[in-house]
Amino acid sequence: MSTDTHAAHAGDHHHEDGHAHGTFSTYMLGFVLSVVLTAIPFWLVMSGALPSKQITALVIMAFAVVQIVVHMVYFLHMNTTSENGWTMMALIFTIVMVVIALSGSLWVMSHLNSNMMPMHEMTGMK
Amino acid sequence: MTVAVHPTQSGEPVFYVADEHPHPEGYSTSLGFWIYLMSDCLIFAILFATFGVLGGNYAAGPAPKDLFELPLVAVNTSMLLLSSITYGFAMLTMQQNKVAQTQVWLAITGLFGLAFIGIELSEFAHMIHEGATPQRSAFLSAFFTLVGTHGLHVSCGLIWLVTLMVQVQKFGLIEANRRRLMCLSMFWHFLDVVWIGVFTFVYLLGVLR
Repeated sequence: MSTDTHAAHAGDHHHEDGHAHGTFSTYMLGFVLSVVLTAIPFWLVMSGALPSKQITALVIMAFAVVQIVVHMVYFLHMNTTSENGWTMMALIFTIVMVVIALSGSLWVMSHLNSNMMPMHEMTGMK
Repeated sequence: MTVAVHPTQSGEPVFYVADEHPHPEGYSTSLGFWIYLMSDCLIFAILFATFGVLGGNYAAGPAPKDLFELPLVAVNTSMLLLSSITYGFAMLTMQQNKVAQTQVWLAITGLFGLAFIGIELSEFAHMIHEGATPQRSAFLSAFFTLVGTHGLHVSCGLIWLVTLMVQVQKFGLIEANRRRLMCLSMFWHFLDVVWIGVFTFVYLLGVLR
């Protein structure tokens, strides 16, 4: 197949399947970014470079969020126009569900943990 | 929905659904597959929530600090990252219609995936050998469920990858195979996204605890 016909072929289908494709440079950019965003959290935890554990925890969680966005954009080619925006709608809905499930579980269970009477005191009250 | 009525010779009316129009094959596959990935994401969210709740209950057993070797996890993470970029290269060569090169990149992706699974299984075997089995504590149950589910997904991805390599070998880069490779690409990159959560929340935050 010559390059001309292939280009025409690709052009025909781009509209039809409605999702974006990456190029060599976007894949490489995504890869370099994700290597950096992986290496820094590992280094922070293994070297203990930051003075407190709370700060380290917050920083590595922030790195994770940024890296997830990088993967979504450069590897999964997320954008607001593919499939008329339906992939983005499904993603936003999923994120809402995930946030509710995660924060709800952690919040409720930590309250239960701190408000429940320890087992041995409960048996002593009989 | 509109209905067209077409009278026949016998006088019996025949009904047609007028607004059904044909779509090309695979028209909605990528959206459907994306919705599957989002539902898979909910499974992982629940497993992460379970780990978040139970992750500190060691039952006087081993803690993350005693079990996890971060250098090994770093090697494992780089295996998955490298397999993501090599799959990206496979997609790029697929768009250029280069069958042999696509196959080579898919094979390299498979080898990185296999290395990931191998390292993970040897880590599990090491932990179980030391007595850190899923039955030992709530933390370990949640750990093995979450990380094991991810590993199972990667294993299924590997089986799928081999299947598609055979398909491409037999039929070439036909439209159907391109669509399948596209779906596996989404699946593979999605598993990498889940792994970001695993190494951050399970391994790094576990060691910090």
